[in-house]
Amino acid sequence: MKTNLTNGDIRIGFYICHCGHNIGGVVDCTAVAHEITGLPGVVVSRDYKYMCSDPGQELIRNDIREHALNRIVVASCSPLLHEHTFRNAVEAGGLNRYFFQMVNIREHDSWVHTDHAKATTKAVALARAAVLRVRFHRALETTRVAIHPDVLVVGGGISGIHAALTLANAGKKVYLVERDPSIGGHMAKFDKTFPTLDCAACILTPKMSAVRANKNIKLWTYSEVAKVDGYVGNYTVTVRRKPRYVNEELCIGCQECIEACVFKEGKYPDEFNVGLSKRKPIYIPFPQAVPQVVVIDPERCLQLKSGRCKKTCVEACADRQAIDFTQKEEMAEIKVGNIIVATGFKLFDAKRIPQYGYGLYPNVVTSIELERLVTSSGPTGGEIIMRDGRTPQSVAFVLCVGSRDFRTNRWCSRTCCMHSMKLAQLVREHTGADVTVFYLDIRAPGKGCEEFYDKSLKDGIQFVRGRVAEVTDWALTPEEEGKLVIRAEDTLAGVVRRIPVDMIVLAVGMEPQADSQAVRRLFNMSCGSEGWFLEKHPKLAPVSTFTDGVFIAGCCQGPKDIPDSIAQAGAAAAEAMALIDRGYIEQEPNTAYVVEEDCSGCKSCLPLCPYTAITLDGTTQKATINAALCKGCGTCVAACPSGSIRQHLFEDDEIFSEIEGVLTHA
Amino acid sequence: MSKPKIAFYWCAACGGCEEAVVDLAEDILGVLDAVDIVFWPVAMDFKKSDITALPDGALFATLLNGAIRSSEQEEMAQLLRRKSQHLIAYGACACHGGVPGLANQFSREQLLRFVYEEAPTLGEDGRSRPQLESEANGHELELPRLHQAVRALDQVVPVDYYVPGCPPTPKLTQEALAMLLSSNPPPRGSVLAPDTALCDECPRKSSKPSDLSFAGFRRPHEILLDPEKCLLAQGVVCCGPGTRGGCGALCVGGNMPCSGCFGPTSRVRDQGAKLLSSLCANIAAKDEAGINLALDGIPDPLGTFYRYALPHSILQRNVSQAARAETLSL
Repeated sequence: MKTNLTNGDIRIGFYICHCGHNIGGVVDCTAVAHEITGLPGVVVSRDYKYMCSDPGQELIRNDIREHALNRIVVASCSPLLHEHTFRNAVEAGGLNRYFFQMVNIREHDSWVHTDHAKATTKAVALARAAVLRVRFHRALETTRVAIHPDVLVVGGGISGIHAALTLANAGKKVYLVERDPSIGGHMAKFDKTFPTLDCAACILTPKMSAVRANKNIKLWTYSEVAKVDGYVGNYTVTVRRKPRYVNEELCIGCQECIEACVFKEGKYPDEFNVGLSKRKPIYIPFPQAVPQVVVIDPERCLQLKSGRCKKTCVEACADRQAIDFTQKEEMAEIKVGNIIVATGFKLFDAKRIPQYGYGLYPNVVTSIELERLVTSSGPTGGEIIMRDGRTPQSVAFVLCVGSRDFRTNRWCSRTCCMHSMKLAQLVREHTGADVTVFYLDIRAPGKGCEEFYDKSLKDGIQFVRGRVAEVTDWALTPEEEGKLVIRAEDTLAGVVRRIPVDMIVLAVGMEPQADSQAVRRLFNMSCGSEGWFLEKHPKLAPVSTFTDGVFIAGCCQGPKDIPDSIAQAGAAAAEAMALIDRGYIEQEPNTAYVVEEDCSGCKSCLPLCPYTAITLDGTTQKATINAALCKGCGTCVAACPSGSIRQHLFEDDEIFSEIEGVLTHA
Repeated sequence: MSKPKIAFYWCAACGGCEEAVVDLAEDILGVLDAVDIVFWPVAMDFKKSDITALPDGALFATLLNGAIRSSEQEEMAQLLRRKSQHLIAYGACACHGGVPGLANQFSREQLLRFVYEEAPTLGEDGRSRPQLESEANGHELELPRLHQAVRALDQVVPVDYYVPGCPPTPKLTQEALAMLLSSNPPPRGSVLAPDTALCDECPRKSSKPSDLSFAGFRRPHEILLDPEKCLLAQGVVCCGPGTRGGCGALCVGGNMPCSGCFGPTSRVRDQGAKLLSSLCANIAAKDEAGINLALDGIPDPLGTFYRYALPHSILQRNVSQAARAETLSL
């Protein structure tokens, strides 16, 4: 092994933090400090209650001056939390900030072990490793890389819309990419919102129009992110733009083409009305759609499928010539500095619980279907009618469908209680029907929500506590004849009840999007075990992810209502702005570098770099690494077969001495 | 002034390194002009007592080839170390453990049991193990004892210089002797060969693509090899990228892939691990099934990537439970 070390006289200061009882309650910190005293090069070894406090940092600064220390090791919490703090202290003491090594004896030790003696032994091993390693640390400098000021927002639901508008209103340029032909997301389908019962469209539509009008927003609907390269401040994103067979620039949304289509009536399930109405092959998703541009469904359009159509739509469009059957999928490449992922959720498929009869009994509907029925712009013009055209006299709501159940999803979807109560009140208002709600627990913690629950009770809505066992049309009594019967245990009354009703509404819960794993990989994010995108810290960094410059907002992070989604979207926009307005990011000097005279030019490393930082020098035929592009992932370092690529902060001598330190038994 | 005294010795080796010295052919006369050979059991009639009789440090240099497997080899290595000013690990086995080092996959007990009791070629009455001590014709006979593992020379005694190769080329041998005898010898501990990987001097280097992206691996006998094109680009495992150069790319010149005999560069602790990381990182398939399919083309990974340097690697040897139990019992 080459070491080439001329580090001179190594003088190490070691500090172990009690972190109150967090570490001190399990690890014998005094014993660890004593054990480390004997290691070569250690001049000072101390334990202290709170190293991150001002006096704790002062201790390091003083010792550096008094004892001429030139290496510092602190054993405390995760480097994610305080590495920065201690590096600053080391720098304030007059040393290069990388003459420092942190040992995590909290998350990696005291918090995960109960045996005090063994936890102390482990702390000694980890501390010894750091003390052996820090001897080899070299002085390094951080570099600054400029941040691209543009932002990509993925998902045009209420979260994405709000994030995009917040950024655009602050003067930032935003690309808003939405998979569907219009923005609006789930909220656009709602009639009213709880607990205020204000009209969803009245508050959403202005925001959608604002997106259309805002010059700082580039709106790409019917588009999906295909590829993401780069890193915080400098992402290169490829967006797949699906053909809508209508020129967005030329279409003015007059919809005469829809009128003129050879299909005189709608024939295919309308996605926006969750299949409750029919649309034509050429359509506009809903009246308030943004952009106001029609779209042609290639699976249904006669011309696109067979090439044999009278093309009455083209005739209707006449001189505008907006319809273009030759459109092809396009790939667009954009550069952005930050990305906000707001890809939302999907609803639980009620067919997965067959005993509730969804798909079997026509009068079992989901909450979103009822939502469309209640809406004045919906398929029935706001009339709540059953499939046979009758108005229901009695309606039952089944809560927690797919939620809070180990057989399906364990989590609470958070909004279904309130959403169902809202629908229940609307049903009462529209039809005067008897309404019964079957619930496990009513969760109404939001502002004004408990009051809304009170109102529901006062409105005469019946609440039965118990999970519904089954829905059946097998009548046992004359009153049950022609009705759907709900069987459930009323856990408050302690009896099993059969309640006959006309219509049953299943309050389906929220689930991660079907392609959430692919999206997670695309943006290099993590997922919890349920599939929701994982925030960097559940309390302190709720909209950040483990990838710098990638933020999450809304229900892709977990179920939430509209106010919470908007709050997160605003927070994500603010986090992105904080980075943009600073203008640069400090880049850790943990970059890889090629030792030119050692490199054989074997090219093994070239294809491996995820950041395309490695190139082969044409004249020397040796690899070179662009430090500005290198993110320090270490892939090339591990793969270089002749050991000619090295990495700052992860030099072989540093790593091997660390391993030695862990494995040496005192 | 008398000429510097040189010794050649062999331990656990195949004899190829001795052959390499003989391969100097008439050039050996030049060597003999410069030095006196005082010990070379394979070629000349010297006895151990000739060496024992010398004062310590009397030999200018010993070129020792072969790994250390037995008590006798260890004793000779220590003796020659004592008597030599310079001890040179000559050849892959002395430098890194070599092919005999592959025996470190097994415990000594496993080896002895197989070779003397279980090998299918043994006749029914041939199944007996040689004893360390025995008596014949009134004489007490003694055999050297096998160690638990094969070691490289520097894992037994300090080594001054290394001349790698299986075997070292005549050119490298001559250069090494010349360097040693020069007024300005290299610093002790040096490997007397270049410290860049073989690709640097490979005649096929320019034909290597910048993205290998292995679909799979094939062994040389399975395909007709293009004599001009990079062997890795043809899907054949070539250890060149992870092997020290200096051989002049002899195997590649013979249309065979580098098998790694010069060992790793000075910057690498574990040649096999490095070769594996480098090759596997470049496998095209990204799913487990596809990766496994590609790796099926390397039926003997240990024999492929650790062929010459297992004892010197981080692995060193198999310390499975059976082998460890045996170690403890002895």
